[in-house]
Amino acid sequence: MIPSKFDYVKPASVADAVAALQQGGEDAKIIAGGQSLLPVLRLRLAAPSLLVDLAGIPELRGIREEGDRIVVGAMTSYYDVLKDESVQQHVTLLAQATETVADGQVRHRGTLGGALAHADPAGDLGAVALALDAEMVIAGASGTRTVPASEFFVDYFTTAIGEGEILTEIRFPKYTGWGSHYEKFNRTAQAWSMVAIAAAIRTEGGAIAEARVGLTNMGTTPIRATGVEQALVGQPATADAVRAAAERVTEGTAAPSDADAASDYREHLAKVLTGRAVLAAAG
Amino acid sequence: MTATAEPTVEFGKARPRKEDARLITGRTRFTDSITPQGTLHMHVVRSPLAHATITGIDKSAAEAAPGVIGVYTLADLGAEAVGLPHVWPLTPNEKAPQRPLLAGSTVHFAGEGVAVVLARTAAEARDAADLVEIDYEPLEPVLDMEAAIADDATVLHPELGTNVSDTWVFDSGSAGTGGSVDEAIAAAEADPDSVVIRRRFRQQRLIPAFMEPRSVVVDPTGEQILMYSATQVPHVLRTMTSVTLGVPEQKLRVIAPDVGGGFGGKLSVIPEEMLCVLLAQKLGKPVKWSETRSESMLAAHHGRDQIQDLTLTAKKDGTVTGLDVRLLADMGAYLELVGPGVPVLGAFMFNAIYKIPAYKFTCTTVLTTKTLTGAYRGAGRPEATFGIERVMDELAVELGRDPMELREQNWIKHEEFPFTTVAGLTYDSGNYEQATQQAMELFDYAGLRREQEERRRSGDPVQLGIGISTFTEMCGLAPSRVLGALSYGAGGWEAASIRMLATGKVEVVTGASAHGQGHETAFGQIVAEQLGVPFDDIEVLHGDTQVAPKGMDTYGSRSLVVGGIALVKASEKVIAKARKIAAHLLEASEDDIEFANGQFTVRGTDKGKAIQEIAFATFAAHDYPEGIEPSLDADAVYDPDNFSFPHGTHLAAIEIDTETGHVDLRKYVCVDDIGNVVNPLIAEGQVHGGLAQGISQALFEEANYDDQGTLVNGTFVDYTLPSAADLPSFDTRVVSTPSTTNPLGVKGVGEAGTIASTPAIVNGVIDALRHLGVTEVEMPCTSQRVWRAIQDARGVATQETPVDTHSPGAGLGSIDPNNPQGEVQ
Repeated sequence: MIPSKFDYVKPASVADAVAALQQGGEDAKIIAGGQSLLPVLRLRLAAPSLLVDLAGIPELRGIREEGDRIVVGAMTSYYDVLKDESVQQHVTLLAQATETVADGQVRHRGTLGGALAHADPAGDLGAVALALDAEMVIAGASGTRTVPASEFFVDYFTTAIGEGEILTEIRFPKYTGWGSHYEKFNRTAQAWSMVAIAAAIRTEGGAIAEARVGLTNMGTTPIRATGVEQALVGQPATADAVRAAAERVTEGTAAPSDADAASDYREHLAKVLTGRAVLAAAG
Repeated sequence: MTATAEPTVEFGKARPRKEDARLITGRTRFTDSITPQGTLHMHVVRSPLAHATITGIDKSAAEAAPGVIGVYTLADLGAEAVGLPHVWPLTPNEKAPQRPLLAGSTVHFAGEGVAVVLARTAAEARDAADLVEIDYEPLEPVLDMEAAIADDATVLHPELGTNVSDTWVFDSGSAGTGGSVDEAIAAAEADPDSVVIRRRFRQQRLIPAFMEPRSVVVDPTGEQILMYSATQVPHVLRTMTSVTLGVPEQKLRVIAPDVGGGFGGKLSVIPEEMLCVLLAQKLGKPVKWSETRSESMLAAHHGRDQIQDLTLTAKKDGTVTGLDVRLLADMGAYLELVGPGVPVLGAFMFNAIYKIPAYKFTCTTVLTTKTLTGAYRGAGRPEATFGIERVMDELAVELGRDPMELREQNWIKHEEFPFTTVAGLTYDSGNYEQATQQAMELFDYAGLRREQEERRRSGDPVQLGIGISTFTEMCGLAPSRVLGALSYGAGGWEAASIRMLATGKVEVVTGASAHGQGHETAFGQIVAEQLGVPFDDIEVLHGDTQVAPKGMDTYGSRSLVVGGIALVKASEKVIAKARKIAAHLLEASEDDIEFANGQFTVRGTDKGKAIQEIAFATFAAHDYPEGIEPSLDADAVYDPDNFSFPHGTHLAAIEIDTETGHVDLRKYVCVDDIGNVVNPLIAEGQVHGGLAQGISQALFEEANYDDQGTLVNGTFVDYTLPSAADLPSFDTRVVSTPSTTNPLGVKGVGEAGTIASTPAIVNGVIDALRHLGVTEVEMPCTSQRVWRAIQDARGVATQETPVDTHSPGAGLGSIDPNNPQGEVQ
């Protein structure tokens, strides 16, 4: 598997990376962990003229607490995300979903920022970022800007990251004390999600006080199941109540049809899995 | 005595494989690791269309690209008249299209080569391949077998006049091995005390997916043309290359170095091997080709792909009275080396372990615009086993009987062996009762049936199914006279040589060249036991026609039961020669010489010599009897009298989440009777791997084509293979009823798991859902198919599934044929 020819640079700072991207123009492409891009290059389905490798920029790696936020550097590997104690404690859903991504080798190479910027609707972490109202910090020639997850995912493989810009950080609010669960349905253990449901629930006295539900692979972008969230609030965390609320999960979705699952099956799965995810999250 | 005579117990010892260290650490060299100095690299430009006329080829841009030596079409190579070999014509009437090395004026399947680029590096060849401009005029693809044989079908090869390649019939009535099945069906239809079960099953198309993609290196710089190939069949390849290209056989040496799996997928002679030879001859330089995974999935031959129409008749008391089998078998665009023979091997296996008085098998081989089909682990026997084991379950349901009890009523009892079947084979030995009893105990059959009943009664969303497969197979291809009767182009013998070295060490040469099975270990154990020499003193040599000039290679679970016996025969000759020299040196009569544990002793005395001492004395040749040659070395060629017939009972406990359709294989038990076991560790490994592959057919794998004949899941992202995480820990056990057709009492084991497991799984899936009204789920039994079957049974209409559409769900949305530009933002 031999990719088309490309130039390659490995800048040492975000500023240098931005400069390289701008110089490279529209055919320049960022490579992070390479777990999505390399197969595409090797199959010659993409032929960028320049790859800008972010692996040499230490400031893009690592996780820190900043007040009521957990901040994850874009180049932090899945493995480092899911093993991080502050993530496990305050953004449990992120750790849970990250653990389901592919296999151990991929989780050591692939990065959270790479996954979000690639924006594959079958990828697991977009739904989590969306459900948890993460903020994306994007650097460009004119400085940095912050984009809420709700505005970040634009379309199939398309995000708010503009030409010459780099996703540098993902900022998650803390959900300390919430229950959460990532319910993934796939054909084999290491396959992409056919459908998956990200759920974070805060209960008070046996009733659901707050609910956040994100959907993987139910449209061209990750989708927030606001109908379900509204229907859950105030309900007891019982199977009947949760399943009734889960019926609303298909509102606003455009489930894809493929050989693994036609859209009606995906819609059915989404309802069943939403019920399971919320019940598991509500514990 | 100069050496201590410790008994050598090698046969039956669970030795770790001696090959593993070099294979697992990557120390060894596979074909792609071999690049002689000055090698040129070939890349094949393949047709993206299934069926098209080639209207123009513009090579100029590619020829001008950096590093390119040349771009060649079939005409450029002057190879229009060369046809790839097909050695298994079914009947004299077979319609066999000649398969060219590259498409001439018409392409017949997507992935067929149209031109080759030769360059100084593989990267330059790959880059230049994109610059070869080929104009196609699309023709109607021929994809569905039933449509292909209809009167108004587009004919793939107009010179043949039809897409039906051949029809092959076995009828026990006319063969004299049983009654007429037509009469049995007519009688059953007229008899109120009989039932007639008619079922159609589909054997989906599978991709062998061996770990090492195919690779070829041809070096013409010596006196012989030297070909390395990642092949299962170096000897067949040598002979076929000679026949195909006219290279004198003595001018050709073929080496199969360590080969990373094959599963039948490398039992072939491929265009790329012949193209490398032609280009190497033309340019006088080494030429190399290594395929990518995507190329392998598209162009290497596929397996299975049958439609099976079965009619089973039985008395209402459960006695089976007749079986009629009608197969349509998809050959793909041309006939592969052994392609049509694969489904026909099933002719001998549909009757399986049962006493069926009347039997007929009709196989129609069909040409379509798809990748060729050929051997794939089990080759004809998994398909047959699936058909009979599925329909036996259907009969049990029809009669309200326990499916195991019904099987036992009809199977051959252990005291009835040897048993000549309705298909004309003589099963030498077996004990179905023993294997079944052990399997049922290990499985807790009664307990699981109770749990199943409880889950049904309580309406548990997770339902339990129990799947049964009681299988046998014919293995050890094959008695040469049988192959002759089947019009196969060669014999089924195997060759072995033993060379006693001066220092008492031993070189063992086998014509059965392994590609991952562990022959070096198992064969070493056999010879160590026979000659009484330490295992570590033996080297097993294979896979190079200069070292092992004779051989029939490795497939059809033949290595041990044919190749292993050849080693025994050669060992016996070595011992016979050594005995004469030992008698001479010990000054005793040959009749008084005894041989055990590597020691020749004079009966009734303490005089003796070790075989190593005899070897050195023979090497020195200072003192040996008159009238014999000073050599202990021996060759043997063993042609088996019969197949061997492993059998076993496989049981699967399947849990189905009826809310999602998810199928979970909870427990899998198999008790296999594989006769005497040379190395239990290797045997168990073969069973585990075989099970994974057979289970994978039932639950995961299928090669899907769209309506234009494009393979739509030709990467490992979307061609679903399971990993260890998707399978349970198997409970395997071996029982041994020794084969009586060979001196070691051994049977084959390499294909058993694959042959047996597929119907066990599907029977289990259907058993879990039968009470809901589900009667059939096509393979692979994906969650979506199971969910739809449940909806259908409930009378809920669901939408059609597009088999040909990628979506973001494939993860690599960018390889969607609907998004060919690979838009990744």
